Amino acid sequence: METPVAARAEEVWKVYGKAEAQVTALRGVSASFGRGRFTAIMGPSGSGKSTLMHCLAGLDTVTRGTVHIGGTEVTGLNDKALTRLRRDRVGFIFQQFNLLPTLTAAENIRLPLDIAGKKPDPQWWDTVIETVGLSDRLSHRPAQLSGGQQQRVACARALMSRPDVIFADEPTGNLDSKSGAEVLAFLRDSVREHGQTIVMVTHDPVAASYTDRVVFLADGSIVHELANPTPETVLEAMKSGEVLV
Amino acid sequence: MLRATLKSLLGRKLRLVLSGLAVVLGVMFVAGAFVVTDTLGRSFDQLFATAFEGTDVSVSAKPKIEVSEMEGEQVPSALPAKTVDEVRNVAGVKTATGMVTADGARVIGSDGKVLAGTGPPRLGNNWVGEDDLLKLREGRGPQRDDEIAVNALVAKQGNLKVGDRVGVLTLEPKKTFTLVGIWGYKNDKDSIGGSQEVAFTEPVAQKLMIGQTGMFNSVVVKAADGVTPEQLRDRIATAVGAGYDVKTGDQLAEDNAAGLKEFLGFFNKILLGFASVALFVGIFLILNTFSIIVAQRTRELAMMRALGASRRQVIGSVLLEAVVIGLVAAALGLGAGVGVGAALGELFASLNDGFEMATVGVPLAAVLSSLIVGVLVTVVAAVLPALRASRISPVAAMQDVATPDRPLTKVSVSGAIVSAIGGTMLGLGLFGSGGLWLILGGVLVCFIGVALLTPLISRPVVGLLGRLFSWSVPGRLGRLNSGRNPRRTAITAAALMVGIALVTGVTVVMDSAKTSIAAQAEDTVKAQVIIGGEQNGPRPPTFDPAVLDQTRQIAGVRSAAGIWNDQAQVNGKLTYVTATDDLARLADAFGGPQLPALKPDQLALSTQELSDRGWKVGDAVDVQLAHGDVHKYTIAATYDEDTMPGTYLLPAAATKDFGIPQPVFAFVRLTDGTTVDQVLPGIKALVADSPEVSATDRTTFIDQQLSDFDTVITMVQVLLALAILIAVLGVVNTLALSVLERTRELGLLRAVGLSRSQTMRMVTVEAVVISVFGALLGVVVGSGLGAAVVQALNDDGIDQLVLPWGGMGLYLVLAALVGVLASVLPAIKAARLNVLAAIAAE
Repeated sequence: METPVAARAEEVWKVYGKAEAQVTALRGVSASFGRGRFTAIMGPSGSGKSTLMHCLAGLDTVTRGTVHIGGTEVTGLNDKALTRLRRDRVGFIFQQFNLLPTLTAAENIRLPLDIAGKKPDPQWWDTVIETVGLSDRLSHRPAQLSGGQQQRVACARALMSRPDVIFADEPTGNLDSKSGAEVLAFLRDSVREHGQTIVMVTHDPVAASYTDRVVFLADGSIVHELANPTPETVLEAMKSGEVLV
Repeated sequence: MLRATLKSLLGRKLRLVLSGLAVVLGVMFVAGAFVVTDTLGRSFDQLFATAFEGTDVSVSAKPKIEVSEMEGEQVPSALPAKTVDEVRNVAGVKTATGMVTADGARVIGSDGKVLAGTGPPRLGNNWVGEDDLLKLREGRGPQRDDEIAVNALVAKQGNLKVGDRVGVLTLEPKKTFTLVGIWGYKNDKDSIGGSQEVAFTEPVAQKLMIGQTGMFNSVVVKAADGVTPEQLRDRIATAVGAGYDVKTGDQLAEDNAAGLKEFLGFFNKILLGFASVALFVGIFLILNTFSIIVAQRTRELAMMRALGASRRQVIGSVLLEAVVIGLVAAALGLGAGVGVGAALGELFASLNDGFEMATVGVPLAAVLSSLIVGVLVTVVAAVLPALRASRISPVAAMQDVATPDRPLTKVSVSGAIVSAIGGTMLGLGLFGSGGLWLILGGVLVCFIGVALLTPLISRPVVGLLGRLFSWSVPGRLGRLNSGRNPRRTAITAAALMVGIALVTGVTVVMDSAKTSIAAQAEDTVKAQVIIGGEQNGPRPPTFDPAVLDQTRQIAGVRSAAGIWNDQAQVNGKLTYVTATDDLARLADAFGGPQLPALKPDQLALSTQELSDRGWKVGDAVDVQLAHGDVHKYTIAATYDEDTMPGTYLLPAAATKDFGIPQPVFAFVRLTDGTTVDQVLPGIKALVADSPEVSATDRTTFIDQQLSDFDTVITMVQVLLALAILIAVLGVVNTLALSVLERTRELGLLRAVGLSRSQTMRMVTVEAVVISVFGALLGVVVGSGLGAAVVQALNDDGIDQLVLPWGGMGLYLVLAALVGVLASVLPAIKAARLNVLAAIAAE
């Protein structure tokens, strides 16, 4: 199945520190993330999965290689251009939700659009709010919301500007399993129904099973890929991956 | 994690520096005040030691009335030539020279203006030839009555050279002389301490400076070999009797210096008063910093408690930190204060041409007060945070403690109580029997009360202020941030409030006083033209009494009355007296009551003074003027104090005994139908020979006389600038902290596309909102305080409340600017945050 590419990494190296203290986080990783696909990046701690995501999102610079988002080469952009890229073409979902405590749920969701000076498309707004099931919580502040609700607000915030790609970093890491399942289902639906591209870093096989494809990283390299995963196939791959490592 | 720890430590260091800086600045003010007064004091000692170097003993007639340096000019009495002879005949006298030395010889420079003289005296002397101290540089001493010599300072300031025709104003109107000599002093000095000196021939000096020939101001005696000044002093004192002051040169130098030091002491108190304000503001800043540090160290302190540290130990550790900061800051402040003191001394020296400054010293008082004040202020500010630290429970070490948003009820209630106490103290001080200390204490307590109430007020007001900036996303975020920690915002704003409130309060009082007095003057003074000058030095500008009669000759002038001012003892009590050449005309010029012309032994006085002293019309009172003997005057008339100038009005005959026997003002009333423009040029021409005075219309005159109020306002503004600067440091501190605490939030905002410039704008808005809030509080509180003072002064004639809207608006605008400035560094810091690191930050 050939789909257009939403984000792509080519021969990406990431080296931290100098001389003896050098740590190589990524060793020539190449990967493409198709538009309208939900991809999970998995791997043990220190495998470089978060680094890969940060480099793809333009949050971190690469040592060697190139990164593209849509048709734009991210590597080499200056801060201003990166800010615009993040604002207009990338969405983020964090493990810690990272909502602004001073703003209401609705204001948090609208924040990226407000920063860009854009008005939300009313139809899309209604759709998103309805899908995340927050219509009666919009005027609440984050402190008045449960963890699952907060993360759903964060998801809505990422979706609202219809970015080329949403990067989710352990989005269910701080949630109980029920809230986590709700959030994952919601992410999967937004890919299926609205063609959103999502790249998610996780180490939870159940979370990975919601995706279309799993990329396994170990020691800074891609070691395995799995299409249409189920929790069982993921676990199995992880076990064999451990043997490989 | 290590990086984060290091970063927070570094951030803490920065805040310690900022709060330390508040102490440094306050202590600098304190030390500077002591250093400058000490240095100037020693300069005066040196100055007079030089001036009286050649004097072993000095003899002068006891002054008729004793006037201290703070109350005005002492007018020395004159002694006759036969006293000089008596002194000369005392055994052990080598030489005895009769000296004429009196203040008030004003030289007119080559540009036609009187040489400026604000501090040092302008002496007119008799020429007694060269000596060890005084050396002619050019020409010779005056020999004929139309010749003078001047010291090099006068020649330099007036751009005068030998052979020039030079005008001099003395007790008599302008006289012109030929300059025949210019002298200097040993060590190549142009003057002694910036004194301007003119030497006449002896009879001319006596006539112009004393008003009587054959009289001297003092006798300067040199002792023969083998006789000490003290021995000689005692011998001469016995010889001349009780009517004379006989002093050694050293005593004279000491007495002269002591008079000026009294001024310095007063000056010192003013500086220390402003230093206290700066330190008071500093307490707010330090309190904020320590609260924050304690909050950040919650885990660490809880851990210590869990490991068995007692509450006392926790308090001790926080206070120890305060002591260390206080000591270091005080030491730095002392160093800076020495520099400031030296700079102030230099400034004084540069304002007084020819003044030589002694080497800058550091008096013990400066060291002690700096250290005590520095440590005390820091420790006092750290007490509350230390107590709070001691209440951290050991469990907090195990929990993820969110900064609890404690309710504001307690602090607001105590704020209301403290404000009420302050208000009561202020009320008692202003309206009751209380004095200045009660008023100052009341103001201080009010400030603390308002500061405690500020968190409560801050919520609605900051919200409202912030709406001004809500049109953009960064603006809205900044507004929300400034309302987030009401306590911190409140303390920061309260620090700014103190300075602005004081400036506003003083401006309200001064403007009200000025307007009230001007209105009253407009109301009472019916004279359309006034002759007079602006007094800049100890001596008021005067003019030729002949001008009065000449003015009356001008067509269109209905009446003209001159007034003379001096101090006198009336039945033994020192008081200000006024003389007029024509009481009836003066009453006319003031639109006052019908008053008779005074006979030479009659006086008029205000009804208020009459009842205060328990006299009645027809009583006789004893008046001792600067010269002459006690004279009995009969009370001939009374008037309401508000309607006439002066409490006592003496007849023209009395003016010959005045210290300055020349009129200071003349009030001219015009005939109906005459306009000011018709007569003013004529009157102006009459005073052309008196460059210090001018003839003006009434409004100009009133403005001129009230210009002192503006000077006071400016001085207060300058002196309070330091307190405001410290408050600005507080704003910087609070912002730096906001940025640090919200690292993760800033990271998120940057991640979702907030640009660097938008980030900076967000921080700036927060700063501006806090600053403007502080200024707004200050303006409101200051207006309230000022209004209270004006209300209290209502009975004293300040009956108009003037709120300086322009000034208050200016303070608000300045506060906004200050906010922008204060936010520069924190904003840059916020914009430079690494997005990734910020999101990951704990």
